[in-house]
Amino acid sequence: MKTFKAKGVEIVDSLYKDNGKKKWNLMEKLLLGLTPQQYIAQALRNPFNWLLAVIFAIGIPIILGRFIFGLGWVTHSSCDYPWGMFLGFGLFAMVPLSSSGFQLGTTCEVFGRHDFEPIERLGLLNGLLGYLFAVIYLLVDLGQPWRLPYPMVVSFGPAAVLFLVAWHVATYLSVQVAEVSVAFFEWIGFPMGKRGVRKITLGLTVAGIILSTLHQGALGALFTYAPGKVHPLWYSASFQWLHFFVSSLPGGLCMVIAVSTIARKTMAWRCGEEFKDNLDKLTIALAKGASMGLATYLTIKLIAMAHDNKWEYLATGWGQWYMFEIFFGVILPLGLFAYAIRNEKVGIIRFSAFLTVFGVVLNRVNTAMITFNWKLAEREIPHWREAVISVTIFAIYIVVYRFILYRLPILYLWKTADETVEATEGARVPKKAILEEEPVPVGTYRTREERIIPAASFSSLEKN
Amino acid sequence: MKRRDFLKGCMICGAASSLGISKKAWGSGSFEGYPEGMGVLVDLTRCIGCRSCEAACNKEQQLPEPKVPFDDQSVFEEKRRPTEAAYTVVNRYEQSGGPVYRKVQCNHCNEPACLTSCFVNAYTKTKEGAVVYNSKVCVGCRNCMIACPFNVPGYSYSSATNPVIKKCIFCYDTRLKYGKPPACVEICPQEVLTFGHRNDLIKIGHERIRETPDKYVDHIYGEKEVGGTGWLYLSSVPFDKVGFDNTLGNEPIISNVKEFLGTVPMVLSIWPALFTGFHLLSTRQKGHGDDHGHDAHSKSEQEGAKK
Repeated sequence: MKTFKAKGVEIVDSLYKDNGKKKWNLMEKLLLGLTPQQYIAQALRNPFNWLLAVIFAIGIPIILGRFIFGLGWVTHSSCDYPWGMFLGFGLFAMVPLSSSGFQLGTTCEVFGRHDFEPIERLGLLNGLLGYLFAVIYLLVDLGQPWRLPYPMVVSFGPAAVLFLVAWHVATYLSVQVAEVSVAFFEWIGFPMGKRGVRKITLGLTVAGIILSTLHQGALGALFTYAPGKVHPLWYSASFQWLHFFVSSLPGGLCMVIAVSTIARKTMAWRCGEEFKDNLDKLTIALAKGASMGLATYLTIKLIAMAHDNKWEYLATGWGQWYMFEIFFGVILPLGLFAYAIRNEKVGIIRFSAFLTVFGVVLNRVNTAMITFNWKLAEREIPHWREAVISVTIFAIYIVVYRFILYRLPILYLWKTADETVEATEGARVPKKAILEEEPVPVGTYRTREERIIPAASFSSLEKN
Repeated sequence: MKRRDFLKGCMICGAASSLGISKKAWGSGSFEGYPEGMGVLVDLTRCIGCRSCEAACNKEQQLPEPKVPFDDQSVFEEKRRPTEAAYTVVNRYEQSGGPVYRKVQCNHCNEPACLTSCFVNAYTKTKEGAVVYNSKVCVGCRNCMIACPFNVPGYSYSSATNPVIKKCIFCYDTRLKYGKPPACVEICPQEVLTFGHRNDLIKIGHERIRETPDKYVDHIYGEKEVGGTGWLYLSSVPFDKVGFDNTLGNEPIISNVKEFLGTVPMVLSIWPALFTGFHLLSTRQKGHGDDHGHDAHSKSEQEGAKK
């Protein structure tokens, strides 16, 4: 893409091409403004795409096989370890890394910190995709995925934590779709939709906080059903949901740092000036938030340990593994953050963010898989097909993520968005007034006459 | 013992002090089973490991033919658990006084963890005391297998189109409903298994312990464990020596979860007010809708361009 941009090829970043003379059509938008040949050429040139192709070539048939031959074909069909990688990694690790959506939404929309806006949409998108793919992992894991809507419509078990998770994840997914749709409406050229969503932004954001608090916590509370099976160091009846909720906060923020780092490196052509100029400053700001989260998390981990008096377990092999997780996933990043924020070393912050993401994932995998059933003699190592499917779904996640970042105005600003909004307003107000047969202020007509050309362009937009 | 008391104390204090709401939820956590609920008393001292209960179960529940025939004792070389193909299994534990056999099946808890963890309400505790399962609504999340403290439910992983949970249902459909004992009880040649009202069985159990205190450990496993179970056990050796988990405590599993469930109404009611309040406090006078970045910034950019 860099080469094309250097050659002067125009990349889609507004509704109109050639300095506002002509509109991009949908196909051109999808191809980023390149010709099909150019598009294929840049796709083939990227070695990462070849890696993806290999993963898909092996993984997609195995995913299909899972639905033809059943779960027994891809997992060890263990009754002692009913939850494997799909949930242990896919669901339990993807969800905390997606808490960025509600956090950045809250920062910008509730607290009015508009200086975070260059990265807000990335946070929202990261949230949406994380949840979406957590649900996709879940669909692969469920015995009868086509019955997924059952807890909503067929049979209710409202006393179950999973019931709450199901409802909240479903509701929150729709909330996030609405939040991210703003960028989509800009891109597709549907300002009405954008304004509609803008009106309910505050409501959506607050709904996001509620739903996130509860289901991030609920994922932890799921393990309070198995007090004897999760190792005591990873279990606490009173703190389990708080551990999951609080660790999701730095997890989500660090995921945004991680993704923004990758995006800045691999798709610099797509990053707007605003994003590029503010990224270092915002990374430091996000890292401050993440450190607060990590510090709180470390504290409540220790309190929970003291509360249930579990110090003796630290002397066991499990204890060493626990200390490894806490040291590399919490204490080390916390220290690095403190040093790097003080000295404004953005590189160290980025490294430390990756470390935190690793720590959160390790915690979830430990709770759900590695230390689960610690009293049983046999440990289960996932079937190789299970691992292949997990990697494949993660690859699909990366592809979808990249597809959206390439196109929608997430990392860059959509240039003529406001012009179109005004054009619609100019065209719509008098029409409505005529319909209602109310006396129309002359001024309105004048506005309309003045804006006759944009109004015409709006009607052509509808055809699109 | 000390540790458990401490944990219990912590839990009760925590629940009582943390939230008013959880107190209410706590009130429903003391269900002690239906008064007419049936159960089975298993006397491990009488079992000879003939596996005829396994065979009877297999026939009654129309399960697939096992790989190893039921009269083959070689299965005792490893510890087995109930699966989709066998709702009950007998394990052997070598003890100083000779082998002790233990039959494993669903214990039919008074407050089943599987039931409370199921988000489509597939499980029912019938008034006869059986915990039965409705495969028509099961989504296959397998949370009940995670929740069961006795590792009982199995899953038919082999089926691609209709995998379901498979577990002992106390022969509910064919026998218990009509007041008849389950197939395993009926066939047992040693009278290891005694079928009756749960309340009576507890009395019988204590009676046996009182009559021959040297023979038994002074404890009926299942009388209080995880809120009480329909199947009860008597043993001559400490229970943890023959595969029982002694660390489960007497609270039903759902009690662990209630602390979280208690916070749900709190979050639902306080958060909206709290955060909309924050919004009002932190954004003075500014009307919302026109101060959003992607709009605001592009506006200023345009203005800049015009200049």
